[in-house]
Amino acid sequence: MPDYQQHEHDVLVIGAGGAGLRAAIEASAAGVSVGLVCKSLLGKAHTVMAEGGIAAALANVDDRDSWKVHFADTMRGGQYVNNWRMAELHAKEAPDRVRELEAWGAMFDRTADGKILQRNFGGHRYPRLAHVGDRTGLEMIRTLQDHGIHQGIDVHMECTVVTLLKDGDRVVGAFGYERERGRFKLFKARAVVLATGGVGRAYKITSNSWEYTGDGHTLAYDAGADLMDMEFVQFHPTGMIWPPSVCGILVTEAVRGEGGVLKNSEGRRFMYDEIPDNYRSQTADNDEEGWRYTQGDKAARRPPELLTRDHVSRCIMREVKAGRGSPHGGVFLDIAWIKARIPSGAEHIRKKLPSMYHQFKQLADLDITETPMEVGPTTHYVMGGVKVDAETQMSTVPGLFAAGECAAGINGANRLGGNSLSDILVFGKRAGEFAAKFAKEQKAPSVDGAQVDAAAKGALEPFERGTSGEGAYQVQYALQEMMQNLVGIVRNEPEMKRALECLGPLRERAARVGVGGHREYNPGWHAALDLHSLLTVSEAVTRSALERRESRGGHFRDDYPDKDNAFGSFNFVVRKKSDGAMEVARAPIPPMPAELKQVIDEMK
Amino acid sequence: MASTATFRIWRGDAQNGRFEDYQTAVSDGMVVLDAVHQIQAETANDLAVRWNCKAGKCGSCSAEVNGNPRLMCMTRLNQLDLAKPVTLEPMRAFPLIRDLVTDVSWNFQAKKSVKKFKPRKPDAPDGTWRINQVDVDRVQEFRKCIECFLCQDVCHVLRDHHMFGEFVGPRHLVYTAALEMHPLDTESRARDLKAAHGVGLCNITKCCTRVCPEHITITDNAIIPLKERVIDQLYDPVARLFRMMRA
Repeated sequence: MPDYQQHEHDVLVIGAGGAGLRAAIEASAAGVSVGLVCKSLLGKAHTVMAEGGIAAALANVDDRDSWKVHFADTMRGGQYVNNWRMAELHAKEAPDRVRELEAWGAMFDRTADGKILQRNFGGHRYPRLAHVGDRTGLEMIRTLQDHGIHQGIDVHMECTVVTLLKDGDRVVGAFGYERERGRFKLFKARAVVLATGGVGRAYKITSNSWEYTGDGHTLAYDAGADLMDMEFVQFHPTGMIWPPSVCGILVTEAVRGEGGVLKNSEGRRFMYDEIPDNYRSQTADNDEEGWRYTQGDKAARRPPELLTRDHVSRCIMREVKAGRGSPHGGVFLDIAWIKARIPSGAEHIRKKLPSMYHQFKQLADLDITETPMEVGPTTHYVMGGVKVDAETQMSTVPGLFAAGECAAGINGANRLGGNSLSDILVFGKRAGEFAAKFAKEQKAPSVDGAQVDAAAKGALEPFERGTSGEGAYQVQYALQEMMQNLVGIVRNEPEMKRALECLGPLRERAARVGVGGHREYNPGWHAALDLHSLLTVSEAVTRSALERRESRGGHFRDDYPDKDNAFGSFNFVVRKKSDGAMEVARAPIPPMPAELKQVIDEMK
Repeated sequence: MASTATFRIWRGDAQNGRFEDYQTAVSDGMVVLDAVHQIQAETANDLAVRWNCKAGKCGSCSAEVNGNPRLMCMTRLNQLDLAKPVTLEPMRAFPLIRDLVTDVSWNFQAKKSVKKFKPRKPDAPDGTWRINQVDVDRVQEFRKCIECFLCQDVCHVLRDHHMFGEFVGPRHLVYTAALEMHPLDTESRARDLKAAHGVGLCNITKCCTRVCPEHITITDNAIIPLKERVIDQLYDPVARLFRMMRA
């Protein structure tokens, strides 16, 4: 038997970003014991990077807003392959979740009459994003963290889970290691909530941190759960591209929400050149109207820069490919021009976008109040994830729940900016609530020692191979390069087939990875163990993308450039077959109730 | 910029350690954390370092660069003299775990000792509050804190005098200030500030303010007003009499 520390909780939450913290708070409030595991220190999770705001139809700025409009916007953005029930719950419950944050101490920017201020964002018909300058994510995670630490939750910081443990069909715990001393930890639990975020580290250019290796996706997949919509990866249109070392770091959509415009090397606002039919009636066709929209004119339509992220990314790629890009292979994002419209405009920009100002000043030596930024698409978010029940967030495996980015459904083929912060609150709460309920109905978990032994043995193998083995970082870089080139923003069958052929040898290399040194805080070892997850999600993305022979939302194929209605009635799911191979299947979308259909029709 | 540079990095654990020199290629726009990652990938796979966002938002990669407490992800190499080796050390105020990683868990314990947010009754029947933007602005300065703990690292009360049991440090005074000045909060933390949290131990050398990567005016805007609050609430006889009469 390997040496390990043992912990027992009613509910174990894996991941401590917004979704994990919210789930832990809710489960704890339901009176069960809760363990919260996070790969980093508490409060450092990816939520901290969210900038723009939380989408919720509070209707504080525009009283025409309501859950119905938010629901219709979310479905339109997701190209109607969303789980409509999740989109409905999300739109209805988000306002309460935001107000609850305020009751826990969050400080949002205010309207003139003292209510929570809301801002415009891509794909949202009305100003809907509750925000704090451009650091909303920090405000949110700190609020949840500071509230959560008084709830009696046991936090296991800097701890990575490598496998889930099962008793028959049911998930009964998890096994992992803590980074600090490299010791193993065994968690027994009556229910497990996955809240591990996304998969961005499978790509070379990404706004995601080292943590985003698809752990939750892979833990669920290995435990037999279905993953859904994995072909839908969101490439955020505006990442930094220069200097090289900051390539991929996010430039918030709020820059465009505050009036920033995209231009090519000819100085042309190229976003006017192609406006999708289903957004035409909502989109401004001249500079003046677009500007008025960003300044709160209710009669104006939104500028084309605020079309959905998938579309804006592709337009940028088009400009670059046509030779109209910026010197470093992107386009220009100009907020400085608003000085012509606003008295003391430079100060206004610094006030509205403080961390963007700071980020460019410090990392790129560029003053955004004077000079346009160079930006290009960056891997940002995965719409796909664990297939869950809309109400309870339980996966297809009993006792295993998922919430936030690692769960699928709410976003369909493309997520609207601002909907992830509301998603993690709404469904984090639900996952915590129903995991606690489930836990109360279960008898004590019984863990199979053989599963633990196998996991421990597997985790130590890289040390046995030592420094003569393959380098973990080199395999990771090769995978990232391959995914970026072959399964990126623009896809086609020959390239994706090549990607599948590359994955085999990469898996073999990963199996030969060796690390030196010892188990105490050894990043080489951690990188080696993350490879399994990265390879699994890369395969899931590629296989699903190959099957979807059309273009929809975040998934664009130049061999099938149009949307095909035949693909609009189901989602692709992947699951592990008994022989260990990955299978792709179709899960039909249940028919939408008449009243929701009507809402969508009314909002067209 | 030179094509290669030398990084003199602290390697070791709590028992023993030493500086080791690593050379790596440097290019336009690189930050210290990039160099550390390159060294990690090329020659020292097991070099321990904390990081997350690489954009100055999470506060994980705090270290001492040429002796200055900095976020490694926000320290550009062109701000440093690369003709000489660049020294990288862990934060010295906290126990070392390994290489550049320290045990900062005390901070999480200290935070728990600050009484939590307690809002007044909602202003509107729908359970919401009305707050002026000016009141929000004052507190938002403190809420910018990314918990990098560099202020704790340089505070002599902690770093030199090791008074971790008597003093919560600048970070948690900023946290307390954010709560105390929150327009909705009704809790009083003056007694804790005076006793358990040791606000009086700060003698306003402003080292914390100087190293704050978020440019929070820690001493002037947070700590000094808290000191005044303690005096007003616990020492001022007129105010005390007034409160007694009102009660």
